[in-house]
Order: sequence, then structure tokens, then C-alpha cells
Amino acid sequence: MTKLKTFIRGGIHPRGNKRAAKLPITILEPPKQATIPLSQSLGAPSVPIVNKGDDIKVGQLIAKGEAFISSNIHSSVSGKVNKIDTVLDSTGYRKISVIIDVEGDEWVEGIDRSTTIKRECNLSKEEVVAIIKDKGIVGLGGATFPTHIKYMIPKDRTPEYLIINGVECEPMLSADHRLMLEKGMEILIGIEILMKALGVDKAMIGIENNKPDAIEHLTNLSKDFKGITVHALKVKYPQGAEKQLINSLVGRKVPSGKLPIDVGCVVNNSGTAYAIYEAVQKNKPLIDRIVTVTGPFVKEPGNYQVRIGTPITDLIEKSGGIPEDTGKIINGGPMMGKAILTHEIPVSKGTSGIVLFPEAEANRVPMLNCIRCTKCVMVCPMGLEPYLLAVQAEFSKFEGAEKHWIMDCIECGSCQYTCPSGRPLLDFIRLGKNKVGTIIRNRTTKK
Amino acid sequence: MNPILTALIILGVLGLVFGIIIYFVGEKFKVIEDPLIDEIAELLPGGNCGGCGLAGCHAFAEALVTARSFEGINCPVGGAVLEGQIAHLLGIDPVEKEPDIAVVRCNGTFENAKSKLKYDGPATCAFAHNLFVGESGCPNSCLGLGDCEVSCPFDAIHINSKTGLPIVDEDKCVACGACVKACPRSIIELRPKGKKSRRIYVCCTNKEKGAIARKNCVVACIGCGKCVTVCPHDAITMENNLAYIDPQKCKLCRKCAPVCPTGAILELNFPPRKEVVAKDGLSISTEA
Repeated sequence: MTKLKTFIRGGIHPRGNKRAAKLPITILEPPKQATIPLSQSLGAPSVPIVNKGDDIKVGQLIAKGEAFISSNIHSSVSGKVNKIDTVLDSTGYRKISVIIDVEGDEWVEGIDRSTTIKRECNLSKEEVVAIIKDKGIVGLGGATFPTHIKYMIPKDRTPEYLIINGVECEPMLSADHRLMLEKGMEILIGIEILMKALGVDKAMIGIENNKPDAIEHLTNLSKDFKGITVHALKVKYPQGAEKQLINSLVGRKVPSGKLPIDVGCVVNNSGTAYAIYEAVQKNKPLIDRIVTVTGPFVKEPGNYQVRIGTPITDLIEKSGGIPEDTGKIINGGPMMGKAILTHEIPVSKGTSGIVLFPEAEANRVPMLNCIRCTKCVMVCPMGLEPYLLAVQAEFSKFEGAEKHWIMDCIECGSCQYTCPSGRPLLDFIRLGKNKVGTIIRNRTTKK
Repeated sequence: MNPILTALIILGVLGLVFGIIIYFVGEKFKVIEDPLIDEIAELLPGGNCGGCGLAGCHAFAEALVTARSFEGINCPVGGAVLEGQIAHLLGIDPVEKEPDIAVVRCNGTFENAKSKLKYDGPATCAFAHNLFVGESGCPNSCLGLGDCEVSCPFDAIHINSKTGLPIVDEDKCVACGACVKACPRSIIELRPKGKKSRRIYVCCTNKEKGAIARKNCVVACIGCGKCVTVCPHDAITMENNLAYIDPQKCKLCRKCAPVCPTGAILELNFPPRKEVVAKDGLSISTEA
């Protein structure tokens, strides 16, 4: 047996706890009222182009991404616009959203809703990228970076590999896993389209070894596709991070401050590949996604295909309601996700999972002094010194933090996970990154 | 020759040569500084707090001596007494300026703004502000984690553990503005201290619509505009559902506070209110 690939530096092994991994994806009905936030991707919020009282169909464009980093947003339901108002988002601040009262389920003409698989695609590079932009596709791994920007390759760079992230290294979540099992063919066609858009002839799918069924399924299917290979990877968090995945699969290191394209790679999530298949072949904009609802005491965990804008209460109810002693609800996975303030927020393009934790597991351990064990240094996948960065950020020594590459931190949380003193390392590093980022921005704008 | 004598001669000659060089270099690059700068710097408090907006006390003295006037240059720590002394030294007239004080514009105590969540992350406001809205749900509320307390060089602001809000020590606060810069939500403002420390201000910075603001905090400004209509001096303006009392225009007539339906307007250090009978015969307020 050959040795499994993985990234070289750092990494941790949290327990998988993938309770929903064996459960097929359930398609949920559209909600009674959909709240579609207008800032669903990284970058500037989209600008609404509908008004109160407008009749809307499924798939209709309701907000345009006008800034460079921004994306289009389409309606996921049909009905009437109730209002355009500020609504609580997962941080508790109010963000502008379009609220739609759902009536029926009427789709915009031209969207192919059948499940028949369509493989031929005769579009040119530019046409594919234009469709990706038009249909509001963003990275569905959780970071929600608008995908079309990744495909605007600078002239002096040549892509060599397309890398597809099927790692799903977040514990507990299984949305990508299920999607690869159930929509494998579609994902592969999506990859084929992306390869053409990039002009590369090699694509690699990285899947962690704890999903043998998905590896086998995709390996069998990929025999039909030229240039697509499936690679089993050793289980290690954060393998799903862009730079770590490139290191695992291609063996290259992305230098500090550079992008994957600088080493000839473009990385996309498997969910994004599926969304691109649907956008290009079926003309369907990004209006739904797969969400895993799970937790140690959730009655019926599950993977759901839901429309964007569905309140997460609906999802939790489908999974048997909120368990009695729930202390924390997390939007995303337990490692990278954020605790949410209210369960009335809607599903957005970046919601990959909802995890409910009981009170006993929800609290932090008390913070003790740093004992200089350097465990955090050993697990840091970027080769940073988290203990040092955290202290520098805590005491506002931002110059020193910048010198120690605080901006390279990918916020994976491995340091905090491993710290025996329970120090909130990542929290302080995030604070430091925020401040250092502002300092750098001020400096560059001054010049 | 005696080795000791040799060493002495060599060192002596070297010393002489370098001494001469240093003398000429010193003459050539002489920095002439007004002796007044040092004299004034000696008078200053010497805390280097930066409250004047300059790099420190020496920079302040320098700026004063070059400008020869108090226009735009003010040491909030020294106040009028210091200004008199400096004016005497420089031979100019002191400028009368009312002393300022830091004012915390949030009254969201544990009782007024009930906590809906529990935050157990790092205790810095800057981080918590980026992370979430605050325990009460008000996006402009004081987070009570004490960035202002840490930033204060004069030990004049402290978080009250009973209310979760900072309290400004009136005797110690010199209005240097360190806390104003430290607060990520811009809750703290410098306002004139007022005669006998009497002040009236809107103790809220929430810009949400009234109903939403009120849901999170019972003493929030709901933007009803009653105070704006009642003010005889046009001192109150309403912007983004939030009233603001201009301290320069406010004559401390106390008409606005009783009409505020939520009690967001605070009066400090006033004598208790007598029963006032309005024109329509209803009593407005008997509150202290």
C-alpha cells in the first residue's frame, strides 16, 4: 500500500463525529417566508434591484454585485417582496436583506430542473467565466469568495492544476461527503467545465481517507474523464485549507502573501464544482445548498438541500428541534464556525452546517498562563508562533506581530484546540490581524 | 621609554585631537533652542498623555513657543491655572476655556439592557466588537470589557461591576481623550464639564429604529423627537433616530429631560426638581 499524501507542517486530529455521514440528502420544501441577505459573499454587499411589492420568480436576479469583489444574488423562492429591511445576521448586527413572502413555486423560464445528466459543453473559456459570474457562484466551502475572480488569471501566470477540495476536514459536517456520493457525475462534469475554463489538462480531487465510499465512487466515475484523478489523503485538520491542500496534492508551498495561482494552482470546493455544473449545464443560479444539521444530542441529524434564505429554525425543527440543554449553536463547523446569537437567522451561501452543542460542551475552559510548551507552534500549519502572536496582539505590539507574519494566519484554530492552558490564542490573533490589516492598508493608501 | 609615560602621551594627544574635532563639529551643527521651551516644559504636567494632540509635553512646549498663542493648542490636563503661568512666561493673554470631561453615552446597565447571551471570549472590547453585537443585543451598547479603563493614563475611568458600565472619576479626568480613541463603539465623548459640573446629555448612541432599540434596552433613545420640539435654544438635533444635544448651544434649562419617554436624557449634579406645572395644568415631573 502506498503512503497516503498529506501536508507537511503541523495539523491536528480532532475526532470526526460525523453522525450525518450515512444519511442521504433530503430536499426541503421552500419556506413560508425567505430572508435573503444581501451580503452573502466576501467583499462589498450586493445592490438590490427589486422593490417592495414586486412579484418574483425562483431564479430571478434580485441584487447585483457591482463592486470588484462582490456577487450576484438570485431569488430562491417565488412570491412577493415583503420589504427590504435590516435583519439580524449571525453576529447580531443588522444587515440589509430582501424579505420575500412565498407564494407557490414558480421558476424563471429556461432553468432545467430535470435530473438528467448533460455532459456536452461547447462554451468558450470567457463564456463559462461569464456564466459563473452571472449566476452568483461563490466558494461553497464556507469562505464565500466569489468564484469568477479566481478564474480571472493574471497574464503572467499559467495555471497547471485544478484542485478540487473534497476533504471536508471539519469534524461533524458531511455536506460535501454526501454531495460527492450522490452527485458524483455532476461534480466531475463541473470539473471538466472548469478545466476548460482554466485551460489545464490536470485536475486533482483530494478526499480524506475517512470517506472511503466517496473515494471509491469518484475513482470509478473518473475513469471516463481524461485528466481527472482522485487522491486519498491522510486524515488531518486543516487539510481543506487552500494552501495545505496544494501542499498535500502537488507538494508545492504557497509563499507568504501569495495566492495559489502563483504556484500554478486553482482550488475549488466540490460543492462549488456542482454549483458550476448546474449553472452552466442547467442554467440554474446558486439558490440552494447542502447544509448538515448535527450535534451530539440532536435527535435526527441530517443533510438537507435547502433554499438560500430559509430560516435555520426550519432546519433544526426537521432534525427534531433544539435539544433541551443546548448551550451553543454554531454556524459552520465546530472548528471554523461561529456561534450564532439567535436561531432565527437565514441560511446563506456560506452556511455549510449547523452544529448544536449541549451546555456542558459549550463553555470555554478557564484561561491559564502560557507554559511555553510550544504545542501551538508544532501544530500550526503555517509555521507561525501562535503564543507569541497572541501576546503581541493582546498588548498592542502590532509592529512585532506584523514582523512575525501574523497576516499569514489562516485562522484554522489548531493552536487554540491544542493549547493545554485553554488560552484563546486564535481570538487574539484575529484581533491582531484586524488591527495589522488596518495599519497596512493605511500605509499603502498613504503612499 | 617608560611604558606608562608612552601610554599617557598617546592618550593625551588622542584626547586633544578628538576634543578639538568635537568642538568644531559641535560649533558647526549647533542647535539653538529657545530656553523658554525648557522653562515651559518644566511647568507642564509631564505625563506625555497626548491629550493636546501632540507627541508629548516637550512637543507641546515647542509648539507653544513657535506659535506664541494658545490658538488651537491646549493642555487639557493643566487647565486654566497652567495656562495662566505659561501666558505669564510668554507675555501673552490666556484664553478662557471651559474644562472638558469624558462622558459615557450608554446607560445599558444589566437591569436596563438585559443580557440575552453569555460572552466568554477574551476580555477586550476591540475583539468583542468585531465578533458580535454585545450581550444585550444593542449594536451601540457599552461592552463593559474595559478598553477605556486600560487606556486611561490618569486612572480616572473604571468599570462598575454592578452595572457593567464605566464610571468617570470627575476629579481625576482631565479630558485627554485616550478613552475616546480606545472605545471601538465611540460611546465616550468629551463634553464641557459645565458650571458646578452640571451637564445634560443624551445617554445613548443607538441609531436603530425606536422599536428595535427599545426591545434591547429600556433607556434607549427612540428618536421620537419630543426633546427637539421642546428645546427653546435649538440645541438638540435628530439624526438617524438619535438625538444629540449640542453643548455649545445648550443653556441647561432642563426642559428636555422630563419629556423624554424613555429617560435617555440624563441630568447630572442638578438640585432636585421642584413641581413644575405646565400650561395645561398637568404636572410635568416631580422627579429628583
